[in-house]
Amino acid sequence: MKIAVVRFPGSNCDQDALWALRSDVGVAAEYVWHEATSLSGFDGVFLPGGFSYGDYLRCGAMAARAPLMSAVRDLAERGHPVIGACNGFQVLCEAGLLEGALLLNHSQKFVCRDVRLRPETQKGLWMESQSQVLRLPIAHGEGRYIADRENLSRLNGEGRVAFRYVDSAGDATEDANPNGSVENIAGIVNEAGNVLGLMPHPERATNARIGGTDGLVLLRAFSAMKV
Amino acid sequence: MGLSHDEYGLICDRLGRTPTPTELGMYAVMWSEHCGYKYSRPILAYFKRYKESLEKNSLENAGLVDIGDGLAVTMKVESHNHPSAVEPYQGAATGVGGILRDIFTMGARPIACLNSLRFGPIREGEASPETVARNRYLFEHVVAGIGGYGNCVGVPTVGGEVVFHPRYSGNPLVNAMAVGMMKIDEVTTAAAAGIGNPVLYLGSSTGKDGIHGATFASENLTEESEARRPNVQIGDPFAEKLLIEATLEALQTGAILAIQDMGAAGLTCSTIEMSAKGGVGMEIDLDLVPMRESDMTAEELMLSESQERMLCVAHPGREQEVLDIFHRWGLPAVVIGRVTSGDRVVARRHGVIEADVPAAHLANECPTYVNSPQEPERFQKDRSWSPDAWPDVSNGSEALMTLLASPTLASKRWVYQQFDQEVQTQTRVRPGAGDAAVLAPRGTQKGLALALDGNSRWVAADPLVGGQLVVCEAARNVACSGAKPVAVTDGLNFGSPQQPEIYWEFDQAVLGIARACEALQTPVISGNVSFYNESELGPIPPTPMIGMLGVLEDATRSLGLALGPVPTRLVLVGYKNSVRQQGLGASAYGSEVRQEEVGCPEAPQLEAELRLTHWLAEQAYLSRFTCAHDVSDGGLAFTLAEMAMPHQVGIEVDLSTTSLLSPDLSRRDAQLFGEFPGWVVVGLAADTNWDLLQESARSAGLHLIELGEARPNSNEFKIRSEGQEVIRLNLDEMCRQYEGSIPRCFV
Repeated sequence: MKIAVVRFPGSNCDQDALWALRSDVGVAAEYVWHEATSLSGFDGVFLPGGFSYGDYLRCGAMAARAPLMSAVRDLAERGHPVIGACNGFQVLCEAGLLEGALLLNHSQKFVCRDVRLRPETQKGLWMESQSQVLRLPIAHGEGRYIADRENLSRLNGEGRVAFRYVDSAGDATEDANPNGSVENIAGIVNEAGNVLGLMPHPERATNARIGGTDGLVLLRAFSAMKV
Repeated sequence: MGLSHDEYGLICDRLGRTPTPTELGMYAVMWSEHCGYKYSRPILAYFKRYKESLEKNSLENAGLVDIGDGLAVTMKVESHNHPSAVEPYQGAATGVGGILRDIFTMGARPIACLNSLRFGPIREGEASPETVARNRYLFEHVVAGIGGYGNCVGVPTVGGEVVFHPRYSGNPLVNAMAVGMMKIDEVTTAAAAGIGNPVLYLGSSTGKDGIHGATFASENLTEESEARRPNVQIGDPFAEKLLIEATLEALQTGAILAIQDMGAAGLTCSTIEMSAKGGVGMEIDLDLVPMRESDMTAEELMLSESQERMLCVAHPGREQEVLDIFHRWGLPAVVIGRVTSGDRVVARRHGVIEADVPAAHLANECPTYVNSPQEPERFQKDRSWSPDAWPDVSNGSEALMTLLASPTLASKRWVYQQFDQEVQTQTRVRPGAGDAAVLAPRGTQKGLALALDGNSRWVAADPLVGGQLVVCEAARNVACSGAKPVAVTDGLNFGSPQQPEIYWEFDQAVLGIARACEALQTPVISGNVSFYNESELGPIPPTPMIGMLGVLEDATRSLGLALGPVPTRLVLVGYKNSVRQQGLGASAYGSEVRQEEVGCPEAPQLEAELRLTHWLAEQAYLSRFTCAHDVSDGGLAFTLAEMAMPHQVGIEVDLSTTSLLSPDLSRRDAQLFGEFPGWVVVGLAADTNWDLLQESARSAGLHLIELGEARPNSNEFKIRSEGQEVIRLNLDEMCRQYEGSIPRCFV
């Protein structure tokens, strides 16, 4: 297993992802420049957070059209795991690999804090156990997930909502929703289940030294996913 | 332009002719207070390391701290007060951008930002409705600007402070601090060298923004300042992020011989300083500079403060390697000139020489001025003030609730949640969780503790003592996090130095800081002076801000301030004070509860402070504490409240024996809210041997006083003294007050 960590100009969680995968998850990982056109030799893709292309136009809009994205699409279609965290989630939505969009937070402000996530699906086997509530950090200005009614009912009906923001009791309350996302949705997967997009940062919670290891569950599943 | 008649004379004499408009502009910025330190240089000589390195012309290396493991840390504070007063978002954003460039231009990767902010009151009734609205606008947009820039460049904002006071209404303060880390043998230089070597312009193109920003920073704010809006630079954090990556990558090739950022005074400052440092000259062709508008004049090009630009000298024949890297990152990069022999910086536009000036004259020979300091009249009155003027506190609970509701003392969650505190995944103790932020950098066991602190109440009342106190407090903050304090960067914000009383404040405060830094073995490695912080409302209070770096031998032994989920013994650590005004002079209790700013702060004992900070770091390393928090604004009661609130842990303490530390302590308000230097509250780890701890404290000349217990199952905050209950509050109530203070101003 070898994972490509994509670097767009303006990505800023690329190093964190690379380190987390290599040192804490223990899987091979390499940077791939946005202008590359091939992902040959790679088995999975990590689209990191940041402000790709300075968030110009719309978050993720320019990155979704970067040369490398056709290779990412190919890999995804062949069933390889692809994860997009934060800006990476925005890129996946803009690229049409996932439904919906991410808008300015309800508070109109950037928000950085820990959230609790309740796993909602076993699709793609990102989470072995659905009973484990994860505590992961978020850091975004545009994380309010929306989808139209049709897509929303498909996501719910097909079990493709991956995570919801919940409170300490495990309930998806309004107070537990940090950005105003519809139905407290924090992350979703594609139909096949191999593409996951989420606003929280699993790569920021892989080491007790910096306060948390809940991201490891997710990234270990990612690196172990069979094609 | 800010040059005096005499200064103009000096320039004509040196050039042997009248300067061209471009040259005059160059002199005006280089000889502004912002760049030339006209009034501050003589007084900054109090800082030993600064003085020595100035004499040895080695200021660059003075800015490095060797933390072992082959690693060095560098840090610096910079003010962006005036731009933020007229254009808060961009003013604050470019303040962050500028200080980050100061760090990576040394070859260090920026690993953390902090900020220290001052605004006028934001609570209704504390100023006129228009002023409150204006202050809120400035506060909200400054915070957004800092976040907008720092979040995008991917450098975590890990700490800082915000204070509100009527005297900042006309002139807010925005000081940004950045910290960088590098391999110690990879430090770069700004000294140009090698006759004929190519000079490269790197980064964003040059526009007409920010022209004369440095001169703007060196005058008072007036109603006309609004017209200065075009002098404010516009930041592009995306370009900065690319610039960081491209610069650090290019430095790794070894093709760069010398490099400097284009900060204040842009091309002027970078060409002049690099030449002066290297004892060489430079010839540049301004036609080659990437421009946003083609009709720019030489003067505009030389003085523009367009952001996200660097200047470098490459080794001969290796310029292409540098250009290629920048182009790959999508940034302009072009050779604009050569290093020359001699000492002149020559700039051509359309083939005509528009400037031909002696570099060292502009860089190093800015005339300095010494004013005669004058002690203000009120100072003697404050010194002889006694708390006997006040009746003792009648309701301790009510007084504590008043303190908790003060926006200055209350939780800053509303602020720091807007900052990415964790990108780069090295943040171990986040804002609000400890007295200092703690980073656990990759590649070393060690941890870095960072604090940025100021207290203008203390400094305004007694600049000499206040200057010492802010250093001691910052040192205590990093020590409470488990680190040994090792170095200081300072941001010195004052009014006009041409006023004798303000010059006195500056002189005394810097002397106080210098003495404390020497005693605490924390040299001042860098700093910034911001004068002319005055408006129609008068000068700001003297506001030195101290950025403190501490080092932990093992990052995982760091401490936060919050009491945890197990019953914990609470102990007060300190040295014996002899107090003049029972900790109530210039206290938060005075200004917030008594609504009177009178008296002087208590003086610290510097030698005892050194022992205290080292002892705290040692005990933290031995895992003897679960948490630690120093006593500062609001005294012991407020400190205990801040430890109890995060996880809503009830406490029951008795303050009767605190008088062992201060024999003159007779008043209840002093016991609860007095601000005594050198006091720290610690929570003992369950397995800590009390006798051993006592023994080691005694040998460090420190005293331990048992206060009581923290009770995780209780929701009550109870303080007793001499057999009476003096505070009894419910933690929910306290948290609502403390957490809601700032958000309540924005509903």
